[in-house]
Amino acid sequence: MAASVVGTAVTRVDGRVKVTGAARYAVDHPIEGVVYGVPIASTIGSGKITAIDTSVAEKMPGVLAILHHGNCGPLFRTASPFEQDSWMSESRPPFEDDTVYYYGQFVALAVANTFEQALDAASHVKISYREEKPLTRMSDVAEQPPVRSRYARGDAESAYNSAPMKIDATYITPTETHNPMEMHGTIAVWNGDKVTLYETTQGVMNHQGVMSQTLGVPIEDVHIISPFVGSGFGGKLAPWPHSLLAAMAARRVNRPVKVSVPRSLMFTTVGHRPLTEQRVRLGATEDGKLMAIVHEAKNPTSMIVDFMERCTGPTPMIYSCPNVTATEQLVKLNIGTPCPMRGPGRTPGMYALDSAMDELAVKLNLDPMEVRLRNYAEKDESSNLPFSSKHLRECYQTGAEKFGWSKRTPGVGSMRDGSEILGWGMGTATWDAYRGGSQARVRLSADGRARVSCATQDIGTGTYTVVAIIVSDKTGIPVERIDAVLGDSSLPPGPTSGGSAATATVIPAVAAASMNVIGELLKLAVITDGSPFNGADATTLAMSSGRVHKKGDAPESGVPFEQLLKLRRVAALEAEAKTGGAPDEDKYSMHSFGAHFVEVGWDPGIARLRVRRTLTVMDAGRIISEKSGRNQILGAVVMGIGMAMLEETIYDPRNAKPLNNNYADYLVATNADIPEQECIFLDYPDPVIGEYGARGIGEIGLTGVASALTMATYHATGVRVRDLPIRIEKLMANRAV
Amino acid sequence: MQPFGFTQAKTVDGAVAQSGRFVAGGTTLIDLMKLDVETPRQVVDINLLPLDRVEAAPDGGLKIGALVRNSDLANHPDVKARYTVLSEALLSGASPQLRNMATTGGNLLQRTRCYYFRDTNYACNKRQPGSGCPAIDGFNRVHAVLGGSENCVATHPSDMAVAMMALETLVHMQGTKGERQIALDDFYLAPGSTPDKENVLEPGELITYVTLPALAAGTKSYYLKLRDRAQYEFALASAAVVVQVDGGRVKRVRIAMGGVGTKPWRSKEAEAVLEGKAANEQNFRAAAEAALRDAKPLRYNGFKIELAKRAVVRALMVATQNA
Ligand SMILES: Cc1cc2nc3c(=O)[nH]c(=O)nc-3n(C[C@H](O)[C@H](O)[C@H](O)COP(=O)(O)OP(=O)(O)OC[C@H]3O[C@@H](n4cnc5c(N)ncnc54)[C@H](O)[C@@H]3O)c2cc1C
Repeated sequence: MAASVVGTAVTRVDGRVKVTGAARYAVDHPIEGVVYGVPIASTIGSGKITAIDTSVAEKMPGVLAILHHGNCGPLFRTASPFEQDSWMSESRPPFEDDTVYYYGQFVALAVANTFEQALDAASHVKISYREEKPLTRMSDVAEQPPVRSRYARGDAESAYNSAPMKIDATYITPTETHNPMEMHGTIAVWNGDKVTLYETTQGVMNHQGVMSQTLGVPIEDVHIISPFVGSGFGGKLAPWPHSLLAAMAARRVNRPVKVSVPRSLMFTTVGHRPLTEQRVRLGATEDGKLMAIVHEAKNPTSMIVDFMERCTGPTPMIYSCPNVTATEQLVKLNIGTPCPMRGPGRTPGMYALDSAMDELAVKLNLDPMEVRLRNYAEKDESSNLPFSSKHLRECYQTGAEKFGWSKRTPGVGSMRDGSEILGWGMGTATWDAYRGGSQARVRLSADGRARVSCATQDIGTGTYTVVAIIVSDKTGIPVERIDAVLGDSSLPPGPTSGGSAATATVIPAVAAASMNVIGELLKLAVITDGSPFNGADATTLAMSSGRVHKKGDAPESGVPFEQLLKLRRVAALEAEAKTGGAPDEDKYSMHSFGAHFVEVGWDPGIARLRVRRTLTVMDAGRIISEKSGRNQILGAVVMGIGMAMLEETIYDPRNAKPLNNNYADYLVATNADIPEQECIFLDYPDPVIGEYGARGIGEIGLTGVASALTMATYHATGVRVRDLPIRIEKLMANRAV
Repeated sequence: MQPFGFTQAKTVDGAVAQSGRFVAGGTTLIDLMKLDVETPRQVVDINLLPLDRVEAAPDGGLKIGALVRNSDLANHPDVKARYTVLSEALLSGASPQLRNMATTGGNLLQRTRCYYFRDTNYACNKRQPGSGCPAIDGFNRVHAVLGGSENCVATHPSDMAVAMMALETLVHMQGTKGERQIALDDFYLAPGSTPDKENVLEPGELITYVTLPALAAGTKSYYLKLRDRAQYEFALASAAVVVQVDGGRVKRVRIAMGGVGTKPWRSKEAEAVLEGKAANEQNFRAAAEAALRDAKPLRYNGFKIELAKRAVVRALMVATQNA
């Protein structure tokens, strides 16, 4: 039997169309008769719209409508805003009333025959406001916000107070904006009472559910098409107001309408990772055993949605500790609505917690890895459940060995390469594994090809490739002869690409649908004239290498599947499957783990800090697609470099306008910032999550990078950066530098 | 963006005769037109003008046409060999795609990246004289510590112009009243009470070319740009140095800085401190101190003062090491 393709370096099946430009992203779809909607956004941070003067704009050439709260007609709220299939990112539909909750909120839409006409009209709409003083920083709110979430075991306060070794530090991560390359955008096309939306979304099914509810039309009349997504990072998990605007406007002007969110409004109307402020207190024995963790996290949210970043997610389980308290607070401000961004909660949470662990190591004069090993959690102490599979110790050890960690000398500035000072850091990565329910359909065609379809989507992570690999694994049909079809709500329902759960969720359904269609094929083989197996017992047959053959015999002894279909004179055989969560999920704690090792170079003469190399070892279950898997981890580490050293959305405290709302001023890592990177997968299948043992890998790579980098920075410079990003002025503030 | 008329000029005289706004690479002008910061009624495309050559000048220097692209200038053999600082400055700016479009004339005339200048919802004395300056009390990390006034503290963002300042470049212009030339240092104006007036160019006047003087044998030069990320970011502080060392002493030196001034900032004070002195770190530091003596920090940009000093010291170190 041919070796399985699972875990091998299969080249992305959608790679060619992407690099040749043939892949159509949302607003690329050529739609006959399309007109353009250009949004107009508020220029105050808080207040009321007192007048909208459209008299000039309305008379401009090509203008079809100027829509706003006074004339747009109803858009509805969803019934259960946070439920699967009706999760709207911003629960308030656009133009609901005359209130402005944040700077850059949609207040009107100019619709015209051409983009230029719409843009020109938009700039001639005069909006008057009654401005109120916006709350733009958490310090603007005097009263203590209530605790929204609280976890406790043991008595962390007393244990902390009695601990001989204490760390008490507050860490801040700034607002980060997702900034996927492909901007948000929608083309809405009505055909009678039915609407089709060309979208860029991480969840076609959820998008369909939301649009059905907000437009007030039956769900079967809503069709979402999103074949390619130029990345989402969490920002495209659920619909944002522009999607509703496009649908509403198209209904109003009776033409297809395209609304593309400009980069500047990507900073206000489509989410961000909120700033976090986290106080971490660690109490420990003199030999570094944790006695208490008190983790208090706070983040701002919008006036519209209570979005909690959940920084304390990993706190109760990542290290072994008898006494843990973790709390979360929310502060409502006049800013756009936050939403999950890659590795939500755990990414800023682990930055704070692992930074504190490193500060403890420094205080105890212990190796930072040693402190982690001394507090290694053998089981999940938050749920008292065993881990389904945990090899974090091996991640640390393999990483340390490959990185050369034993050569690390602890003194600040003690390591050099020529004139450059080196700093080494390491950190723990963690992400919880989850598998939900999905359906899938697999088709075997008489032309010798297979097709697999599911209403999930590939947001650039490799889902097309993963589902093709699974079908190939089951049928033996080579990946090149398998067509993967995703990103369309009319296909069998599949999961949102979020929470790193899409792979673990989809592959059981694809595997089961493959087995079902094979079963149909074997039944067909025994009843078809001319088939060598005519009259045989189907249970004695099998399919491999794309052929039907006797169980136990070589595939070459059998017949190619397409031959049987031709003999039967059928175009294709098709089967579906529906699968649910992991059967034993409540008996285990399912998590992925990893370890990062990083090196920075510091040139104190010119205050220049650059990352020189990174090494990541991942225990993320079995890897299905080696290339796209590695790509996820390396890309996440790049994002971690951005988070640690560059990214920050800067709001003007006077009106909460994001000042650096463009790609030149909002800094992310460029190629020149990316050092030599390495990623090692331990590749232990998870015995609980499913047949393939695959846990998700989309987000875990980002957790633990920032603290590893601030640790390395401290090691090189002696400056402990507790408020990201690490900036030149923070490094220069230390007189010794 | 506002509707505008568009014409193409084929000759310099023809361009000057049209009263319109010139567009060369468009990487500044079109960007700002999209933001409604620039609202020309008439745009004149000058890309067909025969100003795209780099030629040897009679005095041994270099004559650079206003339409020479930044990439081509950076990679020109004479520039790489003799005016290293200019090649380095160009290559440190923007991105390869932008440099392929950007021109010599356009680069000199690029506008500030001040957040408030780029957003018409804010007051700005540069955009609307007398309306006020939100940067002075705002987030001014990227703003100037040298040359600012109570009306404007915006930095001139060019890297190329900093190198040209250290190279004592001449700017050649042509307008309806004829041709003229001026030293680059005098081309730019301090903001004072008229921050909207950034240079001496008259409306409709065209930059035709710039000339670089010949450099004495043995002259070394270097450009060092310091910023948060490794590429594709404007300077927080930069230094261009052109230096001639003789027997361990600095015979002649030109020092200019970027990212810290309201214009590309040449420091004659620093040059005076250093000339005739031994080429060593201590003297470089003294020159750097002189260069920033008049610096005035704002709330968020105080670190630039020390950073610029370090840029000057390191640039001199590197340049003289090769001497
Ligand atoms: C994202 C981004 C990043 C950047 N980063 C950097 C950086 O790091 N460092 C840096 O130095 N620069 C940087 N730049 C600026 C870039 O260098 C300038 O935009 C470019 O040099 C302008 O040249 P251009 O030919 O495109 O000018 P244009 O946009 O065509 O013109 C600019 C101005 O000059 C006028 N003009 C042009 N040519 C003439 C002429 N011959 N005579 C009279 N007037 C003329 C135009 O009317 C206009 O007002 C960046 C730009 C962008 C958009």
